Amino acid sequence: MTKLEELHTKENPFWCPGCGNFLILSALKNAVIKMNLNPSEVVVVSGIGCSAGLPHWIETYGFHSIHGRALPVATGIKLANHGLTVIVVSGDGDGYGIGLNHLIHSMRRNLDITFIGHNNQIYGLTLGQVSPTSSKGSKTVSTPNGSIEIPINPLALGLASGATFIGRGYAGNISQLTDLIVKGTEHKGFALIDVFQPCVTWNKVNTFDFFKQRVYDLQKENHNTSDLNASFSKVFEFGDKIPTGLFYQTQRETYSDDLPQLKEKPLVKHSLENDIKPLIEKYK
Amino acid sequence: MKDFVNWKIGGEAGYGILSVGIMFGKFCTRNGLYAFYSSEFPSLIRGGHNTVQLNVKKTPSLSQQFEVNMLIALNEETVKLHLHELSPDAAIIFDSKDFDIKKFKTKKTQLLIDIPLTEIAEKHGKKIMRNTVALGVSVSLLGLDFSHLEQLIKEAFAGKKDALIPINIAAAKEGFNFIKNRNLKFNYKLIKQKNKDHIFINANDAFSLGAVKSGLKFVGEYPMTPSSSILSFMATHELTFDIVVKQTEDEISAINMITGAAYTGVRALTATSGGGFSLMVEGLGLAGMTESPIVVLESQRPGPSTGLPTMTEQGDLNFAVYASQGEFPRLIMAPGDATEAFEAGLNSFNFAEKYQLPVIVLLDKYVSEGNQTIEVFDYKKFKINRGKLLTSAPPNYLRYKFTSDGISPRVLPGTQGTVFKANGDEHNEKGMSWESEENRIKMMDKRMHKLDVLKKELPEPKLYGEKNAKISLVSWGSTKGIILEALTELKKLKIKANFLHYSYVFPLKEKKLLELMKKSKKVLLVENNGTSQFGKIIGAETGIQFKHKLLKYTGRQFFPHEIVKKVRSLK
Repeated sequence: MTKLEELHTKENPFWCPGCGNFLILSALKNAVIKMNLNPSEVVVVSGIGCSAGLPHWIETYGFHSIHGRALPVATGIKLANHGLTVIVVSGDGDGYGIGLNHLIHSMRRNLDITFIGHNNQIYGLTLGQVSPTSSKGSKTVSTPNGSIEIPINPLALGLASGATFIGRGYAGNISQLTDLIVKGTEHKGFALIDVFQPCVTWNKVNTFDFFKQRVYDLQKENHNTSDLNASFSKVFEFGDKIPTGLFYQTQRETYSDDLPQLKEKPLVKHSLENDIKPLIEKYK
Repeated sequence: MKDFVNWKIGGEAGYGILSVGIMFGKFCTRNGLYAFYSSEFPSLIRGGHNTVQLNVKKTPSLSQQFEVNMLIALNEETVKLHLHELSPDAAIIFDSKDFDIKKFKTKKTQLLIDIPLTEIAEKHGKKIMRNTVALGVSVSLLGLDFSHLEQLIKEAFAGKKDALIPINIAAAKEGFNFIKNRNLKFNYKLIKQKNKDHIFINANDAFSLGAVKSGLKFVGEYPMTPSSSILSFMATHELTFDIVVKQTEDEISAINMITGAAYTGVRALTATSGGGFSLMVEGLGLAGMTESPIVVLESQRPGPSTGLPTMTEQGDLNFAVYASQGEFPRLIMAPGDATEAFEAGLNSFNFAEKYQLPVIVLLDKYVSEGNQTIEVFDYKKFKINRGKLLTSAPPNYLRYKFTSDGISPRVLPGTQGTVFKANGDEHNEKGMSWESEENRIKMMDKRMHKLDVLKKELPEPKLYGEKNAKISLVSWGSTKGIILEALTELKKLKIKANFLHYSYVFPLKEKKLLELMKKSKKVLLVENNGTSQFGKIIGAETGIQFKHKLLKYTGRQFFPHEIVKKVRSLK
């Protein structure tokens, strides 16, 4: 049994005091403990941004890659050894901006990967530019006159792209978020977990207070998580009331399930010896 | 009587020109002869002008040749475009129902063979079978036996298209008999040689076979000419060899996916051309920084941008050497033919894993798609070498430990009792981001030192031809066979020349080159690009400046006679 303390690293996060990322890190550690995972069989993969530091501060295997590319790296890891638990931490710029193409394709492939989208609706590490999830009208250092685009809706995109587990957490509710990460990771298939993660430095609109007043738990209502249409209408609810929790879950073969090469054992466990002689004969 | 032929077929794309070329090459190979295949086609699925050439002879055929001895014209354009390439005693095979040959200034000494290709094809099946008729014609005119052809047709259509076998055999046979019954006088005759158990293969397939032999397990690739056949090769054989082959959403995904797979411990490959490699550049740096052993095959075509998408050039060497921000070690191989491509497939993964760095294999369209008759690959001595790969973690394990050779012992994720971070940020021995000056210097030196160690292991470039020569040629990659053919010509002309060929281009091995520069009176640099990229790298590494250069950047490879002409002009 791994203890929570064993997941702590000597190094401390570089995040701003009060940043929502601390809470997501806590929830992730709680989830690893709750699921009784062996830290040596977990790989946390990140791209670039404030979220991307996270793998450094949890004592599991980690891959801190480049901007937007956490999912391709994670895909390579998962396909090379599907026995590993692969968790991607990404931000709204990283996952919903520069890396959006990979997110869509990863969802339709139904890779057995958990994607945690640290969504603070702003670019933090580059000092406060507009993000793909910033609300229309957002005034930022790169949109001083207000953003004129409507935001990406990650959950709607997930539903449309074939993700089989779609949830939303809020950094201010660690127990709900822990529960979502546990469920999403135990789910066989691609789990998209979007997380409201207030940026205390750059986003003065979507603050902890803002969400505290608005969020409610879908699971306390009568939401049917297997109803695609009902989920579609729920993901567009964003106003005085904002739903969180599990929106949608369905079962479909994962990408690895459909690969006969992986039936017996993970790819990395295969012998490297190949007999090419019969194939060479074909060129005679 | 001449015992060789430079055979060419031309016609509209979509009429099986390329496939009939491969079939004829295989046919020659089974007759104990040597063939070299080269093709030209526009970037279209149908329409446009396609040609295939096969340089066939008794001795190893190492390159394309300019002068054509036998032209099969499936349309008028073929004669129009290629008449000037014909030897005075060449044969033109055509169908007078397609066009009037009298429009062209053919020579009296040339043999004009009017044959109802379409009529014969349609009699047995469809018009598309004109290529099969032409094959029968070729075999007959060159004096070879029909039997191997029948067998090849059976093999080509076996399985899904069984019904096509008898009609294609019949069409080929009628073409064969048409010539046989006419007793034509043609200067070129191929003589069946003892079957040498040779293979007819291009560099893409040869590389792929080598990669499979070396234990390749994962391919992430986005299709791009002229590398796409690697993707389909791997996909075709993925279940036989338990390889996971993923066609990715783009090249960015491809290189990052293989980096993730390599980090997890499987031998991983991507293949692309210059445009796709452009997208991969940031990922290449990530592999360099995380010391992930990946192999990137880049088959060049002329750029920039889309350039000439179905043509050939050695234009991406600079790009491969310098791609990515920052500095990190990499190995660049440039196999010169199918045999070397197979060896690159074998060895690139060993180098990648031993030195924990990205390996780039540069091919180009000319070799990637240039089938040639060669000896069966010899891999008896080959051993998979995974370098410092540990199966369990020692106490206080550090993934990026400072070592005397710069190479740190590697464990794979999933190894019990330890964890580490792979990190695109500068990091400490544990993999944690670390920006101190002291650490930066040590980590940079550690990574770059791997290149010094690697360089010692690399083979020197190979010297061909006379030991002492007045004129020496220096080149790299796919010009190899062309220059070797030119050397044979030069020998006949009693010109003493030799040739230093690089199939490992970076890091640069200098010793043999420096010796050559001292010994030779004149040194000619040959490159299939416009700015002598390899020459500049040699200049940067050794200070050598080449006075004499032969460069070609028309989108086509050199012909041996162009090399001979240039060497003669230096004499």
